[in-house]
Amino acid sequence: MKKPELLVTPTSVAHIHDLAKAGADAVLIGEQRYGLRLAGEFTRKDVREAMDVARKYGIRVYVAMNALFHNDKVDELGDYVRFLADIGVDAIVFGDPAVLMTVREVAPQMKLHWNTETTATNWYACNYWGRKGAKRAVLARELSMDAIIEIKQHAEVEIEVQVHGMTCMFQSKRSLIGNYFEYQGKWLEIEKKKYEKGMFLYDKERDNKYPIFEDENGTHIMSPNDICIIDELGDMVDAGIDSFKIDGVLHEAEYITNVTALYRRAIDLCVEQREQYEEEKDELLAQIEAIQPSHRPLDTGFFFKETVY
Amino acid sequence: MWKNERISQIVDGKRVIVKKPELLAPAGNLEKLKVAVHYGADAVFIGGQEYGLRSNADNFTLEEMAEGVRFASQYGAKIYVTTNIYAHNENIPGLEEYLEGLQAAGIHGIIVADPLIIETARRVAPKLEVHLSTQQSLTNWKAVQFWKEEGLERVVLARETSAEEIRQIKEKVDIEIETFIHGAMCIAYSGRCVLSNHMTARDSNRGGCCQSCRWDYDLYKLEGNNTIALFDETDDPFAMSPKDLNLIQSIPKMIELGIDSLKIEGRMKSIHYVATVVSVYRKVIDAYCADPDNFVIRKEWLDELDKCANRDTAPAFFEGVPGYKEQMFGVHSKKTTYDFAGFVLDYDRDTKIVTLQQRNFFKPGDTVEFFGPEIENFTQTVGTIWDEDGNELDAARHPLQIVKFKVEKEVFPYNMMRKEQ
Repeated sequence: MKKPELLVTPTSVAHIHDLAKAGADAVLIGEQRYGLRLAGEFTRKDVREAMDVARKYGIRVYVAMNALFHNDKVDELGDYVRFLADIGVDAIVFGDPAVLMTVREVAPQMKLHWNTETTATNWYACNYWGRKGAKRAVLARELSMDAIIEIKQHAEVEIEVQVHGMTCMFQSKRSLIGNYFEYQGKWLEIEKKKYEKGMFLYDKERDNKYPIFEDENGTHIMSPNDICIIDELGDMVDAGIDSFKIDGVLHEAEYITNVTALYRRAIDLCVEQREQYEEEKDELLAQIEAIQPSHRPLDTGFFFKETVY
Repeated sequence: MWKNERISQIVDGKRVIVKKPELLAPAGNLEKLKVAVHYGADAVFIGGQEYGLRSNADNFTLEEMAEGVRFASQYGAKIYVTTNIYAHNENIPGLEEYLEGLQAAGIHGIIVADPLIIETARRVAPKLEVHLSTQQSLTNWKAVQFWKEEGLERVVLARETSAEEIRQIKEKVDIEIETFIHGAMCIAYSGRCVLSNHMTARDSNRGGCCQSCRWDYDLYKLEGNNTIALFDETDDPFAMSPKDLNLIQSIPKMIELGIDSLKIEGRMKSIHYVATVVSVYRKVIDAYCADPDNFVIRKEWLDELDKCANRDTAPAFFEGVPGYKEQMFGVHSKKTTYDFAGFVLDYDRDTKIVTLQQRNFFKPGDTVEFFGPEIENFTQTVGTIWDEDGNELDAARHPLQIVKFKVEKEVFPYNMMRKEQ
């Protein structure tokens, strides 16, 4: 049986050592100038170093270029793509067709992963981007397990599914935190405060806390719970899903490493010793619950939840 | 102002605009479609029973669409259908038949986000023009170039694009550009928001959006194990409700940029709203195109727009990056100052008696205002009101009731009567 890739987002170059040792097969890195909601900020120098570390451990490096670009950045995309091609990264993650066009022009051999976060919702769209040059589609998080498996059955591209961590619910170009401070009259504090981490919106009616932060790409609002389906991997492994992603954004490095090690064990068991996986999976979930930050409840996202419209 | 030579010519020593943009209006049902066209829209966008993003709107059956197309064609107007959901696998069955039905109904084009729907339309309903929806959040010329190479006739840009960015896009890519000029807006990049999915299990990208972005929240910060409030007791809560878009002042610039279609948002809005907004923008566009170099925005147009507004408005991204003044904190809507009171069905020039369908309570002695494409706005006091059979009424109390009374100036079918509250 095929073993799905375990893809993780590191917080730093040093963290990649830990993740590789914990069992990651691939890492997703980048900088906010081109990529969205990354666990760490990796300059070009960092990406180079990350490549050295990854080669040492035999793991793959993907670089995020999945921002929505305005005209002002279009002309510099080629230079960044060329840099990534020169140092040999394994794939570029894109959402904006401008990146696809740029890669065709300057590095046609570069592998592309299509990831807009919210719009990969049917198998036809995945295959469409496949025909345009993508090798992989990263599915929207708002899909059920059944829908994911159906997409995989029809897919002509690799399929990546997030199995752990928080997900993005909202991205605005506006400076919503800065605007609120400004509205409150806290003029002097805005510049240093609006980029701080650790802020959340509280929703009284649902008793939910939604992390919110600002960066170069605008304002981002994140899910109130962390997805965790370490105990529900069987059907997706059987369906041949190609990559399982752990998103570490807004989490501590040590937590991400520990979660990676637990998923490593879960995937290995699920593929090689299914009975042992069934026996051990509740315990694996319990181990994640034990290290879970108190403000981040776990849930199963949309894997078993119906949405209406 | 930046002047585009391709869109204007000198005629008899005077510059005139020869490339007039399309005025594109929303319609939630057949009556609104007819009003939008009659009040001056060059094209109207509507939703069908499926695949559109307003599952709460009335939406059109195929028969109603065909009738809408027939009505619009008398005015030379076009009908587009929003089919801009991001489909899930379960939405694939039935799509071909639906698109074939739109083509058979004579629809001119569809507004689409999902490549599934783009390619299916090309295959089974090739007469439909395909316009890329703002749900794709197109923000740069190179992405626009991609969709041009895919064969699309038109793209609707992201609401986050500025005038200068649109100018650059127009310069680099030869494709029709549609942008929003008026109405409610997402505060997120369209298509990149799933707040509804998470908060109410309603899929925002399939028409279930519950507008969670317009709720109030409290902003806190976590420091270690301590939660710190980032607001004082007297502060309004954190909000991200955007003021509605209003680009009336920017229409000259938009015309000079060569934007092909100017779009009004609001398939959920009332017939009175559609009539008012369409008629104002019709006047602005026509006046500018006829004599751009002597054009001024008239105060009565601004006042007229305000008569149907239920939220504050702002120019958003077209004129720069919106700050806190382009958002609403504390209060979320302002009260509309006017009610839509009646819809003119007929007018007898000899007796000066109007036959009118009641849309809101009014009574003798009330001051009412008539407006419509054939007339200049005027006000008058309501005198004696009769019902259809000539019985005198103390008031027009019943919705859709047919009533008659004397109106001094001539009015026409489809004209509207409004009343200050």
